[in-house]
Amino acid sequence: MTLFIRLALLFAFSFGAGSLAAQERSSLLPDIPAASGEPHAEGNEYWRRNHMDLMKHDRDSTLRDGDREIAASLKGCFDCHAAKDDAGQVVTYESEQHFCRACHDYVAVKVDCFMCHRSTPDGVDEHALQAAILPKKPLDSTDVQGVIAYLNQTESKPTEAGE
Amino acid sequence: MKIPTLKGADISRRDFLRSGAAVATATLAPGVTLMAFGGSEAHAAADADKRWGLLIDANKCDADCDACVSACSKENGWAGEGNPETDPQWIRKITMQNTSTGREVTMPMMCQHCEEPPCVDVCPTGASFKRVDGIVLVDKHTCIGCRYCMMACPFDARSFVHEPVINQKSHAPRGQGTVESCTLCVHRIDKGGRPACVEACEATGHEAIIFGDLRDPESDISKRLAQYPSVALRPDLDLNPGVRYTNL
Amino acid sequence: MERTIYREIEATGRVWGLAVILVGFVLAALASFFYVEHYGHIVTGMTNRIVWGLPHVFAIFLIVAASGALNVASIASVFEQKAYRPKARLSALMAMSLLIGGLMILVLDLGRADRILIAATTYNFSSIFAWNLILYTGFLGIAGAYLFAQMSKSVPYAVTRKVGLLAFVWRLALTTGTGSIFGWLVARPGYDAAIMAPMFIAMSFAFGLAMFLLMTSTLCRLSDRPIGDQLMQRLGRLLAVFVAAVLYFTAARHLTNLYTMEHAGFERFTLVDGGIYTTLFWLGQILIGGLLPLAILLLPVFGKSPKAPLVASALVVIGGFAQIYVIVIGGQAYPMEVFPGYEVVTGSGMSGIAEYTPSLPELLLGLGGVAVTLLAVGVGTKTLRILPTNLSDANIG
Repeated sequence: MTLFIRLALLFAFSFGAGSLAAQERSSLLPDIPAASGEPHAEGNEYWRRNHMDLMKHDRDSTLRDGDREIAASLKGCFDCHAAKDDAGQVVTYESEQHFCRACHDYVAVKVDCFMCHRSTPDGVDEHALQAAILPKKPLDSTDVQGVIAYLNQTESKPTEAGE
Repeated sequence: MKIPTLKGADISRRDFLRSGAAVATATLAPGVTLMAFGGSEAHAAADADKRWGLLIDANKCDADCDACVSACSKENGWAGEGNPETDPQWIRKITMQNTSTGREVTMPMMCQHCEEPPCVDVCPTGASFKRVDGIVLVDKHTCIGCRYCMMACPFDARSFVHEPVINQKSHAPRGQGTVESCTLCVHRIDKGGRPACVEACEATGHEAIIFGDLRDPESDISKRLAQYPSVALRPDLDLNPGVRYTNL
Repeated sequence: MERTIYREIEATGRVWGLAVILVGFVLAALASFFYVEHYGHIVTGMTNRIVWGLPHVFAIFLIVAASGALNVASIASVFEQKAYRPKARLSALMAMSLLIGGLMILVLDLGRADRILIAATTYNFSSIFAWNLILYTGFLGIAGAYLFAQMSKSVPYAVTRKVGLLAFVWRLALTTGTGSIFGWLVARPGYDAAIMAPMFIAMSFAFGLAMFLLMTSTLCRLSDRPIGDQLMQRLGRLLAVFVAAVLYFTAARHLTNLYTMEHAGFERFTLVDGGIYTTLFWLGQILIGGLLPLAILLLPVFGKSPKAPLVASALVVIGGFAQIYVIVIGGQAYPMEVFPGYEVVTGSGMSGIAEYTPSLPELLLGLGGVAVTLLAVGVGTKTLRILPTNLSDANIG
């Protein structure tokens, strides 16, 4: 059974990102957004399995030792893996179409990176992107009108961001 | 004043490699690393033989100028919302008056990059740390947001991120619930550059901030420190900060 | 003379009613936590200058009281006072409960409370804060073992005594650590004093005993069990000694500061023109938390009233909160002397006395910690044989 699932995963992944359109998906496996640029020399399977270890290693050498020429950085990821929505606009982590969320939502593993790191390539204005999909937050708890407006927006906005 | 001494003639492996030729490394497979001489330039990294510092000349600093603050804000992607008590303050302009003579002095204040940083001593998780080249940083991956470092800092140099943040610069991650402060533009230094505030001050023509290696007796900053009187803030605490002031 | 019999308290309507109220406070604290977690600390009164606010006042009070609450047990087994022995189990339970309540507040106020595992696994041993994490968890373990040793029939009394001695030494270390969090902050004029450690120990003796008296009498009343007037008065006299000790250390600290010109500004701030902090110091700590309880406990006019120790305990608790508020918030509000001889004219967020207005989420979080403590004591005495059936003077002599 396990072997079957693995084979199925391998099969799905080997088809490559985005070859299955969302509306006619034939499996419950995640749709991995298409990437640009050269493929990983080590293969996608290697990176899927080891990306966290690689990034964790390189983040420490960058931060602690100042090594800026590293292989695995979030900035590096987004050079190729900046997923776009249907309108061709780069999406932030708030959107379900974000590259990281494709698999992380699927396996229900929370990504902590984007509390501090930007989730798009440099130069993209995340404020503009988020403003389009996120309800405006009230100024403070005493701002009753603001809170009501916020709650209304939260209700009317679909959770599928970036559409 | 404590003058940082040059370390002995112990040459690290990294220096040895660097002195010969530029080094390129490649990972062939996990655990197998190929090191090749020649090729691309060596990785610029924190160097234990250097100690980065700033020298701020209060006489050259203009009270009406905040080029250093806005340059820092732009470079590192932080901005205030008009409340100085909760806004991020990586660098700020201070104007103060001598209580007995009435003389006014103005100058920028930022993390003083102490040699013996109290924030590093008190941090329970080791998130506050000092690089080998003397730059004091917060590792936001292990910061739990307890703010004890802010209690310990003698210079009010650190701020707590009070609100959710997006659109950070990729070289300056910052996020809600963690503590942050001046990084001395470590991302620029690692590539051989200078902090944004120093360049901005120079561009205005004031040249009130000088950046350099305190361990190198031939550097501009060391020569000036050797020649003219300068002070460290809170000298009573004996923290030997990397940021020095003259004409206070 | 009847032997001491320990029995679980019965779940009467009053007990349930109290439990529901306490759970309400805990839920309110959790709601505050999620609220602050979502919007960031901007919705609290805390700032870059007052980095520790009302939650920390509650947390430090509870943690300091925790080690003090253990004293009743220590007096019984370390100092061989038999009359204290029936209350020793209760004492250990209350110590653990107070610590859990305090730690909950501290953890939930962290900027990244979700990283509690990092705090528990990554240590910087030059940080007194990291040492405190070890001291706190160790205290829970040792107090738990102490409680077990007292309750188990198979543990010989000699072993219980040894565990009790360890718990006593550990609690001294714990309070020293808590005091040193402030005492070792060399840069701030309000802290930077070795006397913080012994002063915190004296505070823990007083606050812990006061909390013990209040909680014990409440439990006895809830479960309709007698508690002797003489017993209360005996503990009351002990409380008077501890309150006097707190006043002594406070006087020593401020007199020392007054003697050094360097600290004159801070002393002026605390004692004369610090506004709320001056009021809390004189009215809260000295009068309500010090002189009044001493008068009630020692003056013969009040001394005979059976209510006197309870009233005094309540006053000590109120005064204790005021004292910790002045230490924690007042110590941060007073500006650091970065430029001696200069006055900062403009300097975004660096000049003058820092302002602080506690917010509702902070208050709810703090009260939630108190509620957790009381709930833990309630659940402990409900499920375990901890509270003696009869604490009357005739029975425990």
